[in-house]
Amino acid sequence: MLPKDLKDRLEAEIMHVEHPRELAVDVMFAIQDHYGYLSDEALAEAAALLGMTPLELDELATFYTFTFREPVGKYVIHVCDSVVCWMNGYESVRDYLSRTLGVGLGETTADGLFTLLPVCCIGYCDRSPAMLVNRRVYGELTPEKIDGILEKLRGDAASGAVPPRVQAIDGKTG
Amino acid sequence: MANYPQVLFQNRRPDRIATLEEYRAGGGYQALAEVVTRRSRREVQEIVLDAALLGRGGAAFPAGRKMMTIAADAPFPRYLVCNADEMEPGTFKDRVLIHADPHMLIEGIAITAWAVRAEKAVIFIRPEYENAARILEREIRIAAAAGYLGRGILGSDYGLEVVVHRSAGRYICGEVTAQLNALMGRRPNPKQPPPYATEKGLWDRPTLAHNVETLACVPHIVRNGAEWFKRLALTPTGAGTKIFGISGKVRRPGCYELPIGIRLSEIVEECAGGMLDGSEFKACLPGGASTGFLPRQHYHIEMDFDALKKAGNRLGTGAIMVFDHKTCLVAATLNLMEFFARESCGWCTPCREGLPYIHDLLARIEAGEGEPEFIPMLEEMKVHLFRSYCAFAPGAAAPLESLLAHFREEVQEHIREKRCPFRKEPGLGVVAPLQPRYIG
Repeated sequence: MLPKDLKDRLEAEIMHVEHPRELAVDVMFAIQDHYGYLSDEALAEAAALLGMTPLELDELATFYTFTFREPVGKYVIHVCDSVVCWMNGYESVRDYLSRTLGVGLGETTADGLFTLLPVCCIGYCDRSPAMLVNRRVYGELTPEKIDGILEKLRGDAASGAVPPRVQAIDGKTG
Repeated sequence: MANYPQVLFQNRRPDRIATLEEYRAGGGYQALAEVVTRRSRREVQEIVLDAALLGRGGAAFPAGRKMMTIAADAPFPRYLVCNADEMEPGTFKDRVLIHADPHMLIEGIAITAWAVRAEKAVIFIRPEYENAARILEREIRIAAAAGYLGRGILGSDYGLEVVVHRSAGRYICGEVTAQLNALMGRRPNPKQPPPYATEKGLWDRPTLAHNVETLACVPHIVRNGAEWFKRLALTPTGAGTKIFGISGKVRRPGCYELPIGIRLSEIVEECAGGMLDGSEFKACLPGGASTGFLPRQHYHIEMDFDALKKAGNRLGTGAIMVFDHKTCLVAATLNLMEFFARESCGWCTPCREGLPYIHDLLARIEAGEGEPEFIPMLEEMKVHLFRSYCAFAPGAAAPLESLLAHFREEVQEHIREKRCPFRKEPGLGVVAPLQPRYIG
């Protein structure tokens, strides 16, 4: 069950728009942030809020890249595998992450911390090879840099800092 | 490097976003003030048409003509959609533009929306650009507080609400009809016109859709005139500047605002600092993954919509991806086909079935299991891609078509030698399977 404050907030946002389903992605993101992923139950709750059937919403949930219908780790790593990152070393970045984390693409580490996924061009070709961790970008990746990133994230998780699902930096330059 | 006029990047700084005050100090929002008090809507549409502003999102459709397709007696409410999805591989100009000077986009949105009497504008943005989405939301509030958005803009009777709509990420959402479905909370399949979006778009209402960079050009055109804009280009057929994003095997990948018609060699050598050590220019994709490989013979081509068209290619988004002589273009095309096959929405058969088929043939060729008859098979499948429902699959055909046209010998060598000549290890490689769609 969704906590009352989250449900109230989403209901208020939905009340504010003429067509509730235009908020489908926002509602799915909010509920996914709360549960970690969109279980069947979570999807049904989201659909009920939006006045859609669970099946209608599932057409969207299964379509988009950043809505997860299966459990994922606290940190979702999306490695860019499109053509610029590919020519600049995507395969070695992927293999290094895979080896270091001990998981393949589409898998989550046993401690539930990391999920490793490929993703198409993330628009950071000027900093390739690049990846996202909970949608925050890390570019010009090297094994040393990846070690540092993973160490920092492990440290954050161990210290009990709840990792934000969307790690946006309040942006300076792109 | 020659000092070219900086229009869209006039307030770009290395370390932070331009503020409203800084944008205003350079003349920002003067065009909006002028149009809402002293110009007619028709005048604004005509000046954009006369400026020969072509859509910067890849399709190069004349922006003024698109504005004019919203009929004067079209029903209300009308909508403006700003396409900030920017999912064309290699493209990152809109991100840089939003991070440089968000108010330039906001003013462009306000003027364009005013010109077609749209009362609501929606900025559709990809989830990877969460920072840009937050910047825009903040600056929209600042613009509204200053009287540039909201009710009664600058004392006029015109009102405009601007909202940011976050996508959950899928390439097809950049296609306008798919984007409209996404905005309405429907599965983002493209729809085949008619009706066109300008007639029946969002919620069946007249809807105008433009790319970020296209909209950012509008305030400058209104303020400085169509002739000024046309003269910014180096070629008589071109108009304006273009934000070129260059990446790949160059020293300084990045975004550079340059006149339309600048030579490719100048962008590579002067802006991007030349090729990496030990790399020679082999080819580039001149405007995203949906354009063709431009071979070395066109190294000095004028980067103009017209010149690229004459060379059988497209300027697309102006995202130049540079490949060097050590990069296998069969493998590069295989990577591009992996992208297109994965991102196909699956709605129509030529795209859904054709792309994995092409991927499989290329994977076999790359792995040393190719046969001579694969080349005519690829050519046949490429023709099928043009029978698809939207522009996605014909876009995917562009790199394949150019591979077979300009680098056929490289493909044949793979088949003849039964190995990829760019790989060090001899013998058979592994036929790369198409990756599944994970978790989503």
